Amino acid sequence: MQENNKVPEFNKETLDLIAQLIKRYPEGRQKSALLPVLHIAQAENQGWLSPGMMDYVASLLQIEPIEVYEVASFYSIYNLKPVGNCVIEVCQTGPCWLKGAENIVAHFGSRLGIKPGETTADGKFTLKTVECLAACGTAPVIQVGTEYHENLTTEKVDQLLDQWKAENKISHKNPYL
Amino acid sequence: MATKILLNNIEVPGLANFQVYRELGGYAAVEKAIKTLTPDELTDEVKKSGIRGRGGAGFPTGMKWGFIDKQSEKPRYLVCNYDESEPGTFKDRHLGQFNPHLLIEGMILGSYALGVKDAYIYIRGELFYVMKIIDKAIQEAYANGFLGDNILGTGYSLNLYCHPGGGAYICGEETALLESLEGKRGNPRIKPPFPAIVGLYGCPTVVNNVETIAALPWIVNNGSEAYAAIGVGNSKGTKLISACGHINKPGIYEIELGLPVEEFIYSDEYCGGIRNGNKLKAVVAGGSSVPILPAELILKTAAGEPRLMSYESLADGGFKTGTMLGSGGFIVMDHTTCIVKNLLTFARFYRHESCGQCSPCREGTSWMEKILMRIEGGQGTMKDIDLLVNIAKHVEGNTICPLGDAASWPVASAILHFREEFEEHVKLQKCPF
Ligand SMILES: Cc1cc2nc3c(=O)[nH]c(=O)nc-3n(C[C@H](O)[C@H](O)[C@H](O)COP(=O)(O)O)c2cc1C
Ligand code: SF4
Ligand code: FES
Repeated sequence: MQENNKVPEFNKETLDLIAQLIKRYPEGRQKSALLPVLHIAQAENQGWLSPGMMDYVASLLQIEPIEVYEVASFYSIYNLKPVGNCVIEVCQTGPCWLKGAENIVAHFGSRLGIKPGETTADGKFTLKTVECLAACGTAPVIQVGTEYHENLTTEKVDQLLDQWKAENKISHKNPYL
Repeated sequence: MATKILLNNIEVPGLANFQVYRELGGYAAVEKAIKTLTPDELTDEVKKSGIRGRGGAGFPTGMKWGFIDKQSEKPRYLVCNYDESEPGTFKDRHLGQFNPHLLIEGMILGSYALGVKDAYIYIRGELFYVMKIIDKAIQEAYANGFLGDNILGTGYSLNLYCHPGGGAYICGEETALLESLEGKRGNPRIKPPFPAIVGLYGCPTVVNNVETIAALPWIVNNGSEAYAAIGVGNSKGTKLISACGHINKPGIYEIELGLPVEEFIYSDEYCGGIRNGNKLKAVVAGGSSVPILPAELILKTAAGEPRLMSYESLADGGFKTGTMLGSGGFIVMDHTTCIVKNLLTFARFYRHESCGQCSPCREGTSWMEKILMRIEGGQGTMKDIDLLVNIAKHVEGNTICPLGDAASWPVASAILHFREEFEEHVKLQKCPF
């Protein structure tokens, strides 16, 4: 988890990508690129949007910082507080609940020693509950970064956790790359 | 076997590659339409096919296209609604992941008919990996002359872009989607004006669901009459049904509209019956927003007619004994299911997803969740049950967008059909399941 006094700056590759994205919208409508750019900014900032990062995004898109804050706080994908290296999002809506999502949440919770919304003390994992991920036919479902894991069982959860621990899983990566 | 319009070839390995899609006859509809039909003739074909929007509302697509303001000097836009966030709905994810060129081909056809030069696919941010598959397919379509300047040498030019959302169910509502595409919070706009007049960037815009767009190539290739010959009544063509819950074979099925519900649930071609030979208890037939029906009313209408998978038949009986086809998200519950707990997960969903603009929706969704938590947790009273009905009644119809209704119907219908189960929670002071 990082300090925010420093003004962030993207590398050339990322800035070029953002310039490309802005071109998808008409002249003067560069604000349209805000959601896509926030996906990138969050990935480049350890998985969350700090005020400093949001100000930087505002400057890139030539809009007011408040326009970024009000959007970032509206959408559930953007984290406004620091998160662990690997954010585990468990779907809890009806169809997943029918297929045992509560057991999956509880199993992650007991394996990691945290409740939904919390991060492990070593900063490695954050557990979150989320709403329907459009994968109800293969419930229960979780999302980690851009990956879906479906038809989960407690055994599968154990396997995934062992694997992620071994490889020091980081779920925030620039999703465009 | 039902006609395959949307899932045709979907199991072919590598279908997401341009070459494979093309060799199977892909992009023939674009060639045919751009070279032999005027935009108005194409719109007419879509009108005659009788296809209705597959995003949930079921509005006739050709008629919607007819509303677009053609007098305006402004550019026009076509936006594909790939927000797919209605609980129980997971068909669009599948289509775009395995057959992205079908969606692109449909977008070219729709854009040509509407005189659109820039079109967008707004896809929920959680499906980023699907967006990348579509993005790659779009690049292939450009490289092969089906997108970009002067398509197939006809002088028609089109750019197509994907745009990821940020995680918000409400952005599936078409005006919230447009706000979001402009880089704002997803607050639905007051209608009128409708997007066909004032849409994206204040310009005439059509918003269509993925599945609606993906049906266009078949309609062009086979003709509107062939499409209209499938189905019953005003439910023409095929529909993707995403079936989940306590069935033996959850998955995505393409049905000809008019298929009996009983056959859909019990036949091995579709859901394959209820798991472990359990008893069917209830079905939410069209995504979480539509009224829940108990087994006897989903299989047969109140008049005793077999219930069909069609807009009309599912709605037969109105709110009292019917429901809606909606998005085709078909959620099946067996006799082990607690209706109150299932409803509580829906109530939590709507509270979380309310954009907060209208007080009845913002406050009502939060009250309904709290009261349901109380009842499920064993602290509810009989008065709470009536209070829920009362809140639902006051939210419904009193909000800017239909999310207020969508949050109210599940509550009102669950209490209408399963009132004893709510009362049992209160009497026992705990959940009986
Ligand atoms: C709260 C809410 C959520 C919606 N979500 C979706 C969605 O995820 N996908 C979709 O296509 N339509 C959704 N709709 C319907 C759209 O507003 C719109 O009717 C549809 O995209 C039009 O396309 P169609 O005519 O092809 O169905 C939603 C509507 C509401 C009120
Ligand atoms: S009904 Fe709910 S979601 Fe729709 S505009 Fe009002 S507050 Fe927002
Ligand atoms: S309810 Fe979990 S993916 Fe739909």
